[in-house]
Amino acid sequence: MPSNVPAPATVERRHRRSLAGHIERVLPRLVVAPSLGVALFFVYGYMLWTFLLSLTNSRMLPQYDFVGFAQYARLFANERWHVAATNLVVFGGLFIVSCLVIGLLLAIFLDQRIRQEGALRTIYLYPMALSLIVTGVVWRWLLNPGLGIQAMVRGWGFEDFTFNWLVDSDMAIYTLVIAAVWQASGFVMALFLAGLRSIDDSLFQAAALDGASLPRIYTRIVLPSLRPVVFSAVMILAHIAIKSFDLVMALTGGGPGYATDLPATFMYAHTFTRGQIGLGSASAIMMLCGVLAILVPYLYSELRGQRHG
Amino acid sequence: MKTIHALAAGALLSAAVGQANAAEIEVLHWWTSGGEAKAANLLKEKLEAKGHTWKDFAVAGGAGDSAMTVLKSRAISGNPPAVAQIKGPLIKEWGDMGFLGNIDKAAEADGWDDFLPEEVAAADKVEGHYAAVPVNIHRINWIWANPEVLEDSGVDHVPQTWDEFFDAADKIREAGYIPLAHGGQPWQDATVFEVVMMGIGGGDFYRKAFVDLDPEALTSDTMIESLKTFKKLRGTMDDNIAGRDWNIATSMVIGGKAAMQIMGDWAKGEFTAAGMTPGEDYECVAPPMTESMFSYNTDSLAMFDVDDEGQQQAQLDLASIVLSKDFQVQFNQAKGSIPVRLDVSLDDFDACAKASREAFDVAMDEKGLVPSLAHGMAVSDSQQGAVFDVITNFFNDPDMKAETASERLVSAVRAAE
Repeated sequence: MPSNVPAPATVERRHRRSLAGHIERVLPRLVVAPSLGVALFFVYGYMLWTFLLSLTNSRMLPQYDFVGFAQYARLFANERWHVAATNLVVFGGLFIVSCLVIGLLLAIFLDQRIRQEGALRTIYLYPMALSLIVTGVVWRWLLNPGLGIQAMVRGWGFEDFTFNWLVDSDMAIYTLVIAAVWQASGFVMALFLAGLRSIDDSLFQAAALDGASLPRIYTRIVLPSLRPVVFSAVMILAHIAIKSFDLVMALTGGGPGYATDLPATFMYAHTFTRGQIGLGSASAIMMLCGVLAILVPYLYSELRGQRHG
Repeated sequence: MKTIHALAAGALLSAAVGQANAAEIEVLHWWTSGGEAKAANLLKEKLEAKGHTWKDFAVAGGAGDSAMTVLKSRAISGNPPAVAQIKGPLIKEWGDMGFLGNIDKAAEADGWDDFLPEEVAAADKVEGHYAAVPVNIHRINWIWANPEVLEDSGVDHVPQTWDEFFDAADKIREAGYIPLAHGGQPWQDATVFEVVMMGIGGGDFYRKAFVDLDPEALTSDTMIESLKTFKKLRGTMDDNIAGRDWNIATSMVIGGKAAMQIMGDWAKGEFTAAGMTPGEDYECVAPPMTESMFSYNTDSLAMFDVDDEGQQQAQLDLASIVLSKDFQVQFNQAKGSIPVRLDVSLDDFDACAKASREAFDVAMDEKGLVPSLAHGMAVSDSQQGAVFDVITNFFNDPDMKAETASERLVSAVRAAE
């Protein structure tokens, strides 16, 4: 056998090695491709479809006779949409701010090296483990004037005590805030706690040596270094607020009247039960625009800040 | 050996013959609660006795909202069921989109036009052809009353005018009961409003306002008076109505916490389940000024357009079973409604059903028979939703004036066209 002809086994090995190399190069793309394809189709594809539908006068089923932006005009003339949009601003704003404040305070308190910290942390975090439907139902009972808090306090002898927000169309939106804050503030606390723990202890010691008081240390040193945590918390809370649907359904059912309607419940009612797919799609696109209007400037400022900082 | 072959061949042949006209049909419906499920099962058995197969497609959810959502998604994907429970003007909408078939054959063979009330039959036709078969008739305008509570409050009969009603309500309140049990959901608010309005305005007014959605009627003095009376009713209810289900409200009447409830005759099922007898343990009476009126809600089974001959045959068979006399009796006894056939005797029915039929006959003669808007019999989904929005918002907003509400009705209805 001439020596310059490689043995069959070697050929095979070399071939195999190049095949392995090939797979190695292609594999990451192969692994990512299906989920990317699925995401492109089911998320962005359907967004596009929703936008197309919002330009048609589809009623019970999708139809494709285009009417321009007429559905948006109808949407903005719709009394109930104004209620829903205003409610989102009230609910979203109060929800995000309250969660941040309560979560931060809880985290700072827990950070004072107290006993049983693990148990307390679990207690605060636990509501997050419940489904929003459960939260809604439980708070519906608690806030029901005839069964819950009002009845209990009256039972103690305070006959004039009134807490009937759930059935008051002006106040009902705040019951949603209460329930949602109860659910999510423990989670925000966990985020902040992780952020606090990641701050180097030497910073505290140095500040303390310089004679700074504890509140001053927190406001001047700790809080600014928590910026990225606030960023993630706002992201998560904002999307919880905008997609809020199950909580409304379980707690108030959109009522009294449609006083606690949010864009998500408005969209569901019109698209799926009232045979106004065109109008519903327009409202869905407006929700998307709302998300973008908040997130894009925020993302932009935060990410740019990081690059420089 | 030969005989076995012959037998086998014969069996195959007969199976083949049986197959020629028998088929599996899928039936979408929302008859899922106790009495309703029993009623649906009866239909299934009768259809299977004819050799067809009933593929059950039940979607839970009282008013059929979820069932309609499912139906739409199936229709969009090009795979609708053969038969679906659809109501009122929605039948025409589906028909106009070309989804429904034609069951005139069954209608001619059994002579439907002879025994179906004209108004009810008209709703099941698309361009003059039967596309759906009506199953039953529910009456919406009913007061369900607990006689013990009334007696205890010194009220000797269920009020016949709204003035009487509010007087009685004061007495009932003083005696420590809730005068009117109610669930604060938009469709329940609309149910009560519809009943108030039909009493005050009468049949012609009701049709102008809630079927034609005539702006003049919607802003008329009659409408404003109805709205005011309706708002006054809020004071006869308890504070916790928000979001309460109708059957919880019914149980308040059953349990003696409340005196009355305004609700359609499916409420009877709750009383029956509690072991109560109509006329003794509870009373069913027409709400003020609606004795000779009848606001109806009819369930229909619409037949979708299918190519398969066997399935077409199964649809025709199903339709004629639904309108057969004995099925009408059995089904409606289980469901709490009355037969849609005018020539069926109600001897075996309870007192409330008999009263319902009497009211129906009177209402037909006196033009008091009206389709219920609250239950999707009068206008399209989007218009119904628009009316619901205004009614329920007016009812829950203490500051809104009746005049404002009537103007909003007009603009909301126009926007939903």
